[in-house]
Amino acid sequence: MTGTTTSPGRLIVDRETRPKLPPYLKLRHDAGRGRWVLLAPERVLTPDQTAVAVLQLCDGTRTVEEIAAKLAEEYSAPVDVITADVLDLLQGLADKGYVKA
Amino acid sequence: MTEELKSNGHCETVSVDDEPTAGVVGSKDMTAELCALAPIGMLAELTHRCPLQCGYCSNPIELERVNNELTTEEWCSVMRQAGEMGILQVHLSGGEPTARKDLEDIVSAASEAGLYSNLITAAVTLKRDRLEDLAKRGLDHVQISFQDVDAANAERIGAYPGATQKKLDVARWVVEMGLPLTVNAPIHRQNIHNVGRYIDLALELGAQRLEIAHVQYYGWAFLNRAALIPTYEQTIQSIDLVENARERLKGVLTIDMVVPDYYAKRPKPCMGGWGKGFMNITPAGKVLPCHAAESIPELHFDNVRDRKLLDIWMNSDAFNAFRGTDWMKEPCRSCAFKEIDFGGCRCQAMAMTADPRNTDPACALSPYHGEMVALAKTEAAKPATEFVYRNPRNAAEALKTQDETLVPAE
Repeated sequence: MTGTTTSPGRLIVDRETRPKLPPYLKLRHDAGRGRWVLLAPERVLTPDQTAVAVLQLCDGTRTVEEIAAKLAEEYSAPVDVITADVLDLLQGLADKGYVKA
Repeated sequence: MTEELKSNGHCETVSVDDEPTAGVVGSKDMTAELCALAPIGMLAELTHRCPLQCGYCSNPIELERVNNELTTEEWCSVMRQAGEMGILQVHLSGGEPTARKDLEDIVSAASEAGLYSNLITAAVTLKRDRLEDLAKRGLDHVQISFQDVDAANAERIGAYPGATQKKLDVARWVVEMGLPLTVNAPIHRQNIHNVGRYIDLALELGAQRLEIAHVQYYGWAFLNRAALIPTYEQTIQSIDLVENARERLKGVLTIDMVVPDYYAKRPKPCMGGWGKGFMNITPAGKVLPCHAAESIPELHFDNVRDRKLLDIWMNSDAFNAFRGTDWMKEPCRSCAFKEIDFGGCRCQAMAMTADPRNTDPACALSPYHGEMVALAKTEAAKPATEFVYRNPRNAAEALKTQDETLVPAE
């Protein structure tokens, strides 16, 4: 999935990246549906629990490595597995323009 | 669109497009979950007034008069009700929404109701201080239409001299203010050669999103079809170009594409299903399952002046008329795709076959399909007709004549 395009401006997410949500995205809890939604221009994204946990840590100061370490500790999960999962999630969102650094 | 919307495991995407017929599209399970109890998108056509006169407009021929428009308080109530019932996104459109002097109040109401607000504007009359005020009140996103990338042609299509420079100015303010920008490109035979340059324009302006919106033939666009419909070859070429650009511009520019369906084999899943995830409010407060639904004469539409939005959504005859699959006739009824494309578009079935329960003639299984394709190819092969510009005088004239429908295959 990564490294296949060379377009200028594409964010390649790695362990050192400090991801953040651009200001025009709104992560909010939808009480009626009992779930989190990420609102974007003419899009509704439906992050699951894991994605919400990751996105809430994307503040532009933490690195992916730090985010993964924090989650690994919180969920008592192997950090390698978490890191791979976080990288995949954030790259997917970055490719849609929803995660910046 | 399917490729771009697919799940990446932890976070799926559902499109809530303002384009007539696009509606709510995403993975089947996620769309069903989000729309189980309430729609997620609402198109608020605040007014039919517009400084432009584009012949591809999807508004109905019969334009709503100013004195029938909902009041400020009525629109604000619509926004509050929408938020309460679970709608997530509102498209503030028209006509030209900025023609409403109370747009500021409506944006505030939308924002307070928790709605993600999209302003769909021609931008020719929008001033910088007004845009700043709208942003302060919580406007989330601005979409600006460009009739072409060549100024002279754009201004001929929209019948508004000087439009391009004004649009470029507003687009730059949007980006400067940190608001996300969508460039809307309504594509037809008179600008389809410029699809590539639209992509350049969007990049140059710093847009987040580009909508390559091939004209869909409803309302004024149906009337002007012979002036608008591109050839099959032009259509395919433009789609290839967009698909290549999408890959190249991954993470830089999101390109959404609404493709024309006259040359299709399968119909579009119009609105993501009738009464499933989307509703449309006319300037006078009528609540429609889609933009063009008033073209189906047997339907009666309730008004927000008389009934609550949620009640209309759940119980009105118009929303229940084509919900689900029970209304279907053959070949839809026994079709494996009936839960995927919902038989296509009811309004197109009405316009082309005179029966809204027929399979959309865009579907290859429709007995009307061959004739529809032939019609498109014949029209596209001839020189473009003159535009019937969208204005009240032409509306009065056009309403006097009746459209002819197709004859099915033997």
